[in-house]
Amino acid sequence: MQQADRPAKPAPEPTEASQPFWDACARHELRIQRCIQCGTLIHYPKLVCPDDGSDRFDWPLMSGRGTIISFVIAHRAFHPGFTEDVPYILAIIELEEGARLLSNIVGAPPEHVRVDQPVLLDWDDLSGPIPLPKFSLAGGAA
Amino acid sequence: MTMRRKAAITGIGETAFSKSSGLSDARLQLEAVDRAIADAGLDRHEIDGIIPSPHGKGFTYEGFAEHFGLRGVRFSTTLHFGGANGITALNSATMAVATGAARHVVVVAGRNGASGTRISARPTLVQPNFAVSREFESPFGATVPMHFYGLMARRHMHLYGSTSRQFGMVAVAAREHAILNGGAIMTKPLAIEDHQQSRMLADPLRMFDCCIESDGAAAYIVSAAETVRDRASKPAWVLGVAEGHPQSPTSIATRPDILETGIGLAAPRAFAMAGIAPTDLKAAMLYDAFTFLVITQLESLGYCKPGEAGPFVETGGIRLDGPLPVNTHGGLLSHSHSTAAITHVCEAVRQVRGTAGKAQIAQPGPIVVTGNGDFFDGAVAILGH
Repeated sequence: MQQADRPAKPAPEPTEASQPFWDACARHELRIQRCIQCGTLIHYPKLVCPDDGSDRFDWPLMSGRGTIISFVIAHRAFHPGFTEDVPYILAIIELEEGARLLSNIVGAPPEHVRVDQPVLLDWDDLSGPIPLPKFSLAGGAA
Repeated sequence: MTMRRKAAITGIGETAFSKSSGLSDARLQLEAVDRAIADAGLDRHEIDGIIPSPHGKGFTYEGFAEHFGLRGVRFSTTLHFGGANGITALNSATMAVATGAARHVVVVAGRNGASGTRISARPTLVQPNFAVSREFESPFGATVPMHFYGLMARRHMHLYGSTSRQFGMVAVAAREHAILNGGAIMTKPLAIEDHQQSRMLADPLRMFDCCIESDGAAAYIVSAAETVRDRASKPAWVLGVAEGHPQSPTSIATRPDILETGIGLAAPRAFAMAGIAPTDLKAAMLYDAFTFLVITQLESLGYCKPGEAGPFVETGGIRLDGPLPVNTHGGLLSHSHSTAAITHVCEAVRQVRGTAGKAQIAQPGPIVVTGNGDFFDGAVAILGH
């Protein structure tokens, strides 16, 4: 649970399109929207498939393995909810299934983080009302 | 039809730029428009098109029409492309006058970006077009443009070996030019060491990689070719103009190529329209919200090959005496940042006219101007004689 004396972080506000994604996160399942008709993985979630316009989806479970496409080490917080977190690492992760998302690298000193490094899913239950899919360096902080 | 030489910028107007104007957004915008109309030598009632500011609490179309007593407005559109607006608006205005929909279109932007709603203090991305980023990226602490530009910069460093020192040389050149300008906010000399020692904010971006915030407004008038005759000021012809919009416009994280930009997509169309090659350019006014943006644009415009812009900048390529002077007024990094690229347009027009003062480029010729808004909507214009 979030500590009451700290400013809250921005929390996701699920939409018609994204509700199944966040519902899965609440169960510690990283599930990505997939078009049943063409098989395209769609992230962030959408009302219709951007490739073929279909609105029939399933939500396959991701392995949790991915790689770092890029990252930033945030040394200054521009939102009061992150003041206690600096320095924190923002990263674009490409899941091995192909979808990309923005997340954090946790549990590693910033100087150990590199582009193209493999990462593993690591749930964060403490930052807000919905567990957030974060990542740690595969094999620990090597 | 081609839009080449169908329109010219006939007037420019700027307020003073400061950290504390003491004036409302609306007054700043009125003053800039007034000056642009006077500079064009027009009667204000000749204005029949308006594209208002994307930022600030200034005027919508209606406010300008009421304050200027305009009765003959035939064209107005409102664009929301942030820092790209000054150039996407030039695209729209050029279409309007080239087709005869309007004869004189005023484009304006401005706000109290330092003393009013501070750009950097904005805790989250509040505009409706950022809803997806608010939902999926703000909870992780990606809350300001610096974070997203930093992600692009890191990827560029990884792919091409660009360096913080190369980014720093963009800031150094901008400051040198700002000192020559006379109206720029930042006029204290900046050495590369100052950049390298400045505070790391969003590694790889340091404080001096980031643009300033300012109060101020700027405007220009786009006129139909047939109206451009015997004007007091030499017209700056629109030789080419185009806009571009990358994939996944609400998020760079889910963009297949995170270095893809609207500017890069628009550039080939703008150069084709102008009938010139990037190497024909004599100067460039490049949207420089962050130093890195200048380096990646030199490549996406086709002036440098991928990976070669960093070394080009490091060896003085964008200084006033270099092969391609960039942002000869000081840019967003050192001149001002509150007009959605319109100050860049104004400087390009001064260069075309030969009135850029101490920063006048030696050789006349085509000048490129770019605008870039989050997340990387962009536009490219080529102005010339």
